[in-house]
Amino acid sequence: MVDAQYFGDGLKNLNPSDLKGKLIAIEGTDGVGRSTHIEMLQEWLEVQGYGVLTTGWTRSNLMSKTIEMAKEGNILDRWSFSLLYATDFADRLEQQIIPALRSGFIVLADRYIYTALARDFVRSGNRQWVRDVFGFALVPDLVCYLRIDIETLVLRVIETKGMNYWESGMDLRLGSDLYDSFKKYQSLLIEEFDKMAEEFHFEVIDARKSPDEIQDALRNKIQPLLTTNLRSPELPSDRHIQPAS
Amino acid sequence: MSNQPPLPRHPHPYPGKLIIVEGIDGSGKSTQLLLLHKWLESKGHRVFFTEWNSSELVKDTTKRGKKNKSLTPTTFSLLHATDFASRLYHEILPPLKAGMIVLADRYMYTAFARDVARGVSPEWIRKLYSFAITPDMAFYFKVPIEVAISRLLGGTRGQFKHYEAGMDMNLSPDVTESFRIFQSSILGQYEKIVDEFQLITMDATKEIETQQNDMRRLVEEALKDYKPRRGTHGRRTVFWRRFEEPKSE
Repeated sequence: MVDAQYFGDGLKNLNPSDLKGKLIAIEGTDGVGRSTHIEMLQEWLEVQGYGVLTTGWTRSNLMSKTIEMAKEGNILDRWSFSLLYATDFADRLEQQIIPALRSGFIVLADRYIYTALARDFVRSGNRQWVRDVFGFALVPDLVCYLRIDIETLVLRVIETKGMNYWESGMDLRLGSDLYDSFKKYQSLLIEEFDKMAEEFHFEVIDARKSPDEIQDALRNKIQPLLTTNLRSPELPSDRHIQPAS
Repeated sequence: MSNQPPLPRHPHPYPGKLIIVEGIDGSGKSTQLLLLHKWLESKGHRVFFTEWNSSELVKDTTKRGKKNKSLTPTTFSLLHATDFASRLYHEILPPLKAGMIVLADRYMYTAFARDVARGVSPEWIRKLYSFAITPDMAFYFKVPIEVAISRLLGGTRGQFKHYEAGMDMNLSPDVTESFRIFQSSILGQYEKIVDEFQLITMDATKEIETQQNDMRRLVEEALKDYKPRRGTHGRRTVFWRRFEEPKSE
């Protein structure tokens, strides 16, 4: 990240210009298979000798419990909703992501601030405030957006883990039941992700394809970022891809 | 969940009144607010009190983060903003809509002073709180740093807390000295905020009852046109009419 920069008003105590690693964000709505692909990417990168840190949305030491509690209460207003996630993100940024980048790691982020931007926009119809809030975020070197259409997503989610309250945006009362609400909520999110894909130059990857094809597409996007001082990687033959489950 | 925040720095549209106090630790602001609370209630007003960093949602998290000293200036700031958002939505807006008087011990200006003294961007912190409503009255209790220190050391607290003294910033290994440096820097920020947001400055070195008399006079003046709400006020006539004036068939 030679010319690393912040989205907005950044961390005043930290100059991001000395971050040697690469920050790669994998974005996409619920149920597109982000975590599975990130696991495979980590394996692929580590086999080549790169240090890898993966970091997941809501997984900070500071906030993961708090966010669980807040979700159980179902009492979140729009502002604390976004601020809770911003706190979680800030904790991971300062305690995990930046130290790892400084040491030259490749950081794979399972979701990034775009998730928060989309969710807040769907709830408020306003883009500015939440973007200001996340102004301290680093601009990633690469954002891969696993894009899926709502019909395929619905089938995939029903077949796997099922629909839950928050993934269905039930707090917004968009539909009369979980199914209707899920469809409307995720459609709105996809619509906003699509807009951001243009604005922030995401690499768009068709998540309706087979897991193998998706993984290949991801590796093709990531490959050019990798430094050349390590031996160039062989074509992947080490994979044992399970069908997305 | 989709309430649009009112524009900042404009009067809020609600029938209630929001009165807030600001100042560094040891300025005596909480004492003054308590006395004001008693007085307003004795005059028959419905009063609701809310305090900085007290929402159920994040209080424990802040406590945990403080305990294991893992808070950075950014997460410290965001946690307090989350607490504020949660209290604004659940504690401050409902009583204001119901026409009550809300008293807040610290408001967003605490974050503008303290978090900026900790090193976060002044522009960012103002944008963060842009959803907050403007108080009807905001008092700043101004006190020299030495007075605050002697009050705190001589008083009930005895010792400074880690974050209160800004020990996370490595200003000085001595807690009292660290407190002095950190709180002086906060005082400097408050000076700017007083002008920027037109806070009412109170001389917090005066006697407690003198300050309270000044405060009550100002509040009384500001509440001149305020119509206290007592539950059914304003709807009473309509509500009782169907019993008093039954329609003839």
